[in-house]
Amino acid sequence: MTGLVPDVWRVVARHDEAPAVVTLDLAPAAGRPPPFRPAQVNMLCLPGVGEVPISVSSDPQQPAWRSHTIRAAGPVTSALWALGPGDDVGVRGPYGTSWECEAAEGCDVVMVAGGIGLAPLRSALMTVARHRNRYDRVLLLVGACTPADVIFAADFERWRTRDIDVRVTVDHADASWTGPVGLVTDLLAAVEIGESRTAVWMCGPDRMMQTVGAAVVGRGVAAPCVRLALERNMCCAVALCGHCQLGPLLVCRDGPVVTYDRVAAFYAVAEV
Amino acid sequence: MTAGWDAEATVPRRFDLRDLDALVQALHDAGHRVLGPVRRDDAIEIGEIAGTDDLPVGWGDEQAPGRYRLRARSDRARFGFATTASGWKAVLHPPHVALWRAERVNGRTVFVSAVPAAERQALVGVRPCELAAMDKLGRVLTGAVVPDPVFSARRSAAFVVAVVCTEAAPTCFCPSMGTGPGLPDASRAADLVVTEVVEGDGDPWYLVRAPTEAGAVVLDGLGAPATADDERVADRRVAANARHMERRLPTRPLAAALAEARTDEARWQALGERCLTCGNCTAVCPTCFCTTMVDGSSLDGSVAWRDRTWDSCFSLEFTHMVGGPTRVSPGARYRHWITHKLSSWFDQYGESGCVGCGRCITWCPVGIDIRDEAAAVVRAGSVNGSGGSS
Repeated sequence: MTGLVPDVWRVVARHDEAPAVVTLDLAPAAGRPPPFRPAQVNMLCLPGVGEVPISVSSDPQQPAWRSHTIRAAGPVTSALWALGPGDDVGVRGPYGTSWECEAAEGCDVVMVAGGIGLAPLRSALMTVARHRNRYDRVLLLVGACTPADVIFAADFERWRTRDIDVRVTVDHADASWTGPVGLVTDLLAAVEIGESRTAVWMCGPDRMMQTVGAAVVGRGVAAPCVRLALERNMCCAVALCGHCQLGPLLVCRDGPVVTYDRVAAFYAVAEV
Repeated sequence: MTAGWDAEATVPRRFDLRDLDALVQALHDAGHRVLGPVRRDDAIEIGEIAGTDDLPVGWGDEQAPGRYRLRARSDRARFGFATTASGWKAVLHPPHVALWRAERVNGRTVFVSAVPAAERQALVGVRPCELAAMDKLGRVLTGAVVPDPVFSARRSAAFVVAVVCTEAAPTCFCPSMGTGPGLPDASRAADLVVTEVVEGDGDPWYLVRAPTEAGAVVLDGLGAPATADDERVADRRVAANARHMERRLPTRPLAAALAEARTDEARWQALGERCLTCGNCTAVCPTCFCTTMVDGSSLDGSVAWRDRTWDSCFSLEFTHMVGGPTRVSPGARYRHWITHKLSSWFDQYGESGCVGCGRCITWCPVGIDIRDEAAAVVRAGSVNGSGGSS
């Protein structure tokens, strides 16, 4: 029954990223993890608790383990959040579509992340950083709720040394914060966007992706070059259960990454 | 199927009731669990049958929006009803299946598949619309990223005896969907295709065709060769039934009109006032395939399991995410159901998700008629030129 029964993986390390946000490095109990493409999703399962889709947030070149960055929000993610090294996790995957980093080679790349939405972009950032000379300008715009909610801050410096322009804004500053305050869309407004040969990859709340999508398309970026990673109730992750539909899309099969032109019309309709 | 076998060359047989009994016996002898229509709970349902006496002898059904009644017939028809109350979906895509069990062995987790092996089942009395529904379920479930092991095994192990329709309920609209009331000669979806011919108030006789080699093997030696007249009489009954089904579901340009009508807030809000979001339509629909996972564990946590049950897009939990459900209002949930069934199913699977069985009409407690709703959308689309009125 390949596909519906999880394999046993183990937590090899945990990294606390922010309040209620942890990155778990997981490795199969036997063998190597299967290859994945940036933004693809694994189903993480705790027997008797449940199963949740979590994107892989580590380097695709890492041979031994896969990182999963999890925000404790519901019962399953809260139980995952509590795990430590040596604990077992059921894993099946990877599933779904990717950012297709290769397709953007030769282009400017603008990545926009809201909160935990940075997680599915991290593996793309690592890929782009590795092959930096294949891309023109590369920007990462990050929005977080408070300075404490900024994840992967340690990566930002590494990416900056690879000529990736990382800009961070927060909704609510504290005394330590010297950066901008406001929405990630404000950061976007301040960025010069070349009309042609620009790829935009984004992940965050639907409202953010709707606003960013409309803004960049309005500024001349071709809609098929704008990709976003969708979140829906992904229950089986293999197009069997019907839960994750958005209009004609089965998000687990046709997503999580889709081009903006495929969802723009649905973002305009409430409760679709 | 071996090369050289030719369905066209297999002569149809004429059965009387004894022959039909012999067929059921032959299916038992071949190791099948034989299922067919039975009278149960004041309805015609599907159950195990030992012989033709277990079929609903002399019973028909009355179906209308929000209404279902058994009706005593004046004859001894065995298949004198339009559709079974629940469909064959439950047989091939069960409402509840175990997926896996997990145990702790020496402090480590072990997952073991709990999917039971598929029994060999003979499905007797499958209507053409239901056969089409099995086909559609196959495209969804067997064609998924991971083929569903439950449906795939059960469907391929099933021996199917279709019974084409010589009578229809007012809720039936298979001609609109191209799924009935007969079966095209070229169809190999059923192993045997039966037409029940009722003459007077006595026992009927049956025309039996074998479109597959497996069917021909079972048919061999049963009944008598049918005459050309027998075939004409039987086929005329089916053709007449098709002409009598007047109520249609507009199929063109329905898919596009529905997609456009997503923005027609007033329409869905009005439907939401009528729809109770009970999910009856999704339970009885022979193509509604949605499921959810149910996790359980022993009190001491040493054993855990994951089962799969039918789900309904009318439940709030269906679209639950951290921020709450995506589709909250009843109107939005009804919109999703009808739009998926009649429009986005084309985008996903290249065809309609409806087979015209009419069960969603019969079992809707407030009698919402999918044909009326589809027609209203098409009408609004042709008036506005955009399919929506907002």
